[in-house]
Amino acid sequence: MDHSSSLEKILRSVAITLVLIFFLFPIAWIFLMSLQTNETILRIPPSLAFTPIIDNYTALITGQLRTAAGSLQLNFMQNMFNSVLLSVCSVALSLVLGVPAAYAFARFKFRLGEDIAFTLLSFRFAPALLVLLPLSLYFKTLGLTNTYIGLIWVYQLICLPLILWIVRGYFEDISPDIEHAYRIAGNSWWKTFTRISIPLAKPGIAAAGLLAFIFAWNNFVFALILASADKQPVTVGALAFVTASGIQYGQIAAAIIISITPTLALALYAQRYLVEGLSMGAVKG
Amino acid sequence: MSQLAITSLAKSYGALKVFDGLNLEADAGEIVVIFGGSGAGKTILLRLIAGVEEPTAGSIEIGGHDVADIAPEHRGVGMAFQNFALFPHMNASDNIATPLRAAGADESKVAVGVAKVAKLLKIDHVLNHSPRELSNGQKQRTALARALAASPKILLLDDPLRNVDAKLRFEMRLELPRLLRQSGATVLYVTQDYKEAMALADRIAVLANGQFVQTATPEDIYMRPATLGVARLFGDPSINTADTVIETEGGTHVMLGGTRVPLADGYRGFAGREVIFGVRPESVEIGSTGVEAEVIAVTPLNERTVLLLQNPNGWEFLASLPSTASNIPEAGAKVKASFAAAGTHIFDRQTGERLHG
Repeated sequence: MDHSSSLEKILRSVAITLVLIFFLFPIAWIFLMSLQTNETILRIPPSLAFTPIIDNYTALITGQLRTAAGSLQLNFMQNMFNSVLLSVCSVALSLVLGVPAAYAFARFKFRLGEDIAFTLLSFRFAPALLVLLPLSLYFKTLGLTNTYIGLIWVYQLICLPLILWIVRGYFEDISPDIEHAYRIAGNSWWKTFTRISIPLAKPGIAAAGLLAFIFAWNNFVFALILASADKQPVTVGALAFVTASGIQYGQIAAAIIISITPTLALALYAQRYLVEGLSMGAVKG
Repeated sequence: MSQLAITSLAKSYGALKVFDGLNLEADAGEIVVIFGGSGAGKTILLRLIAGVEEPTAGSIEIGGHDVADIAPEHRGVGMAFQNFALFPHMNASDNIATPLRAAGADESKVAVGVAKVAKLLKIDHVLNHSPRELSNGQKQRTALARALAASPKILLLDDPLRNVDAKLRFEMRLELPRLLRQSGATVLYVTQDYKEAMALADRIAVLANGQFVQTATPEDIYMRPATLGVARLFGDPSINTADTVIETEGGTHVMLGGTRVPLADGYRGFAGREVIFGVRPESVEIGSTGVEAEVIAVTPLNERTVLLLQNPNGWEFLASLPSTASNIPEAGAKVKASFAAAGTHIFDRQTGERLHG
């Protein structure tokens, strides 16, 4: 039942509008920038009146960046591919490792269990740069520098704790009796895990997977130190727009728009799982 | 040979001992009610039998075979949980079909099996509903149907009527015995409702303080409780008690509120023993002889009327009379109460055990 008065409704709409403007303005502004040349972006005073161009996008896609000082090679699309590859593989690996681990931490009491879980979480405490210096030395020795495998491995520092700790909570929310009932009905442990535990924790797994994907996608410093140009994701690749002849604001804006598209699409797709997932504990019947 | 045999079974969690040295045998088709207060370990006992938890010591035999190394899915038991534990992502039909499918039955047999048990439990009209669309009563029946579906040899029912409303509980109490007999399974039924226990059981095993205090027929439990604790658990209103001493001067008797109450001669041997005199409210008779008392309150409860009586010495006790009785006194009336031998029990004050007169 809706008991709110019309005044409340109006105030609520105003509040929602303010929040939306606050959060969406930068994105809208960047989108407008991506359709302008450097000159129109930088003019004083700024103006909304301009002729939209798509040169920034074509430059990114074809890899030819024309500046006042001449033409420059860009491998933005390669960066984009790297981002997708690294994020998808990291999250996939984290799910394969993290979901069973989360189940173990949720269901079984074992020696040092809590300590191990906490240690995994503590990877998130240390500043990345602190980890990176020794890591880059090890990677050189192991021959993992500038390899996808090496990067995916390091990305586990980002994804694994996140998935482990979020999914663990969801497994803990499932009544053990439901699993017991399925086993007593005549099903093996493994079948119970795959037919009962995982489907019931699916919203949590989706939410954790999405968050991990966003964190992995936005990571900058691991790839900056441990990979060179051909393996670097868009976050690092964007540095190429700081050129000798100035900063290419238009291209940066276009790059940002392109690079947020996959995460945005994924988030929109997974939204229903997210909402269901984040509210499941409250409405469990 | 017994279908289920539990020998010296013990379970503890670290230093916390739940129970110790439990022994129980149940024949094929027998309904044994495990009765006890909350926290007595009734549910844990069922979990041990089902195999989802492991005992600390002792053995469980099903059909003559020790099941210590047998996984829960191979023990051939059915179990209904107190919280129903339905699979939320499957509809009622798939829930019930789970044990049949796990046993490898083909889909036509599964359909027949589900339909049969659903009809028996009157849930055939909601088979397509998901658990969240079912009422509590339907959930409970679905859980029961799932436990029954594969016709297990042993059926473990963990307080299945706990979470359903009073009306349905009453109906199911009437229906369940027939249903369980029909299944032919050996049933262990956990409850903490004494009426449910009395209505369903062939035998009742009373679990308290980590022991089976008494295992006997409902009639024996009620008429010949082994301890004061058991006597208090069964009966509503519960048994009246008074501290007293057995005396033998001029005939075996106890003094209750300044009045001699004669006892059977069999208690002569306990002369001088400090005891607790217990009498069931329905065995208190209002008449012209016996303990003096004033009626403090009269509470009609449908077919019975409960009187709260107070002796001049301060002893308060209850009497439960048929509401049709002609001699129901008013509040404030002075009456005399005597006690029928059948509902009178003498317990040792130290051990709480019943003394046999």
